[in-house]
Amino acid sequence: MPVTSNSKQENMKLIYLDNAATSWPKPEDTYKAADSYARDIGGSPGRSGHRISVEAARIVFDARDSLSMLMGAGNPMRIVFCKNATEALNISIFGLLNPGDHAIATGMEHNSVLRPLKALEKRGVELSIAQCSPEGEVDPFIINKMIKKNTRVIYMLHASNVTGTIMPVEEVGKIAAGKGILFCLDAAQTMGALDIDVLKMNISLLAFTGHKSLFGFQGTGGLYIREGVEAMLKPLLLGGTGSNSEKFEQPDFMPDKYESGTLNTHGIAGLGAGVDFILNTGVAAIRKKEIELSGKFMEEAGTVKGLRLFGPVDPLKKTPVVSFLLNGRDPADIALKLDEQFGILSRAGLHCAPSAHMTIGSFPGGTNRFSFGYFNSMDDVKAAIKAVEELSIE
Amino acid sequence: MPEYYVLMFKSVTGAMQAEKILKKSAIPFKIIPLPKTISTDCGICIRFEAEQLESIKLALASKVEYSDIRKI
Ligand SMILES: Cc1ncc(COP(=O)(O)O)c(C=O)c1O
Repeated sequence: MPVTSNSKQENMKLIYLDNAATSWPKPEDTYKAADSYARDIGGSPGRSGHRISVEAARIVFDARDSLSMLMGAGNPMRIVFCKNATEALNISIFGLLNPGDHAIATGMEHNSVLRPLKALEKRGVELSIAQCSPEGEVDPFIINKMIKKNTRVIYMLHASNVTGTIMPVEEVGKIAAGKGILFCLDAAQTMGALDIDVLKMNISLLAFTGHKSLFGFQGTGGLYIREGVEAMLKPLLLGGTGSNSEKFEQPDFMPDKYESGTLNTHGIAGLGAGVDFILNTGVAAIRKKEIELSGKFMEEAGTVKGLRLFGPVDPLKKTPVVSFLLNGRDPADIALKLDEQFGILSRAGLHCAPSAHMTIGSFPGGTNRFSFGYFNSMDDVKAAIKAVEELSIE
Repeated sequence: MPEYYVLMFKSVTGAMQAEKILKKSAIPFKIIPLPKTISTDCGICIRFEAEQLESIKLALASKVEYSDIRKI
C-alpha cells in the first residue's frame, strides 16, 4: 500500500483493516472515472440537452446499467441513486409504512434501519424484532411466525457489519413472497462481495452504498425497487427532475420519482467504474480471496491467548469482518495501540449497531473490529495476527 | 429534406437506455433536445428518419418504455 504515516514512526507502512466502514484503496479506474468526468466532461446529467449534458447522462446510465447487471435487476430503470444506503433505507421505511402497519426487522440491524423504525413506532407503526443467536444468526422460522395480517414488510441486512454473519436471504425472501409481503434487504456490507440476484431472492427493495464493497466513493448509493413497488412507496425528497417540468406534481415514474435534485455525477462515475471492476473480476473471485483472508485470520486468531472472537468462526458463513476483544481491555485503547504501534487502522466501539452488540453480548463496551477487503494481502493478515499476539502479552 | 420522427421519453434515463440499445444496432439516429413545441417530457429525445420507424420500434420492443413517437 502506497501510504506512509507521518507520525513518530517515519515511513511506517499503514495497514488498512477498516473496509466495512469504507473500502480503501479503490480500483485505479474508480479514481480515473471521477477525474475524467470532472475534468473533461462536466455537465448536468440530461438537464440541458447539449453534448456534455448528454454525455453526463450516459455516464450515470452506464453506472445504473452495471448495477442492474450486478444484482440481476433485469432493468436499469429499477435503480434509483441516493447519497448512501442510509437514505435508501429511509425511503424504504418512511416511504412505505403508515400507522397501523406492522414491520419485522432482526436484532442485528444497523441504526440506519432501527432508528427510522423506532421513530415510526412512536407514530403508531407496529414493530417486531426477531432475536438472533449470539453468533448473529437469525432463524427464518421465527420471522415466519411473526407475520400477521397487517405485516407489510421484513427488513433484514445481508451480512452484519459487526460479526460478518451472513443472513438467510433466500429463505426469508421465500417466506415474504409466500405471504405476499415485501422484503427489504440492506446490502450495505455485501453488494459486490456476495452473490445477489434480486429476482431469484424475492427482494422487493434493496439498499446499497457505493463506498464499501462496490469500490465507489462516499456520497453514492441507491435503492433497487421491484416493479410495482413504486406505486406504494413515497419519495423522501421532491423537486426538480428535468422531466414534467410544467407540472407542480412530482413525477410518478422511475427513476425520476426518487431522484430530485442534481445527482452526484462525479461520484456516480467512480461508482460505475467500481462496479465494472467487480463485473470484470467476478464476485466469485472477490469472495474467494476474502474467504482466504478471513479464514487465515480466524484460524490463527483462535490460538491467541486472551483473544475472544465474536460471530461465526467458519469463513464461509461470514464476510471478512471480525469482531474481537483482547483480555477484556477497552477496544478504544487497543485500536489506538494498533494504529500508533503497528500502523493498523481498525475500528473500535459499537459500529452504529448497538442492537447487534446486545445480541452478541458486547454492549455497551463494543468490540474491536478488523474488516479485510479485496485489496488486503495475506501479509496484512499476518501483521494483524502478530500485532494482537504482541498486545495480548503486553 | 428527409422526413424526421422523434422518440420521446418520460425520463432522461429512458432516453439513455434506448440510446445504448440502438447504438448496438446499425440504425442511424441522433439525440437532440426535445423541441418544446412538441412536448414537455424530459429534455432530450431521439430523432431518426422516417424509414427507420419500424426497425426502431422492433429494436426497443419490450426493452424500453417510451412515451410517444411523433413526426416533426
Ligand atoms: C449494515 C449496514 N447498513 C447500513 C449502513 C449505512 O451505510 P451508509 O453509511 O453508507 O449510509 C452501513 C454502514 O455504515 C452498514 O454497515
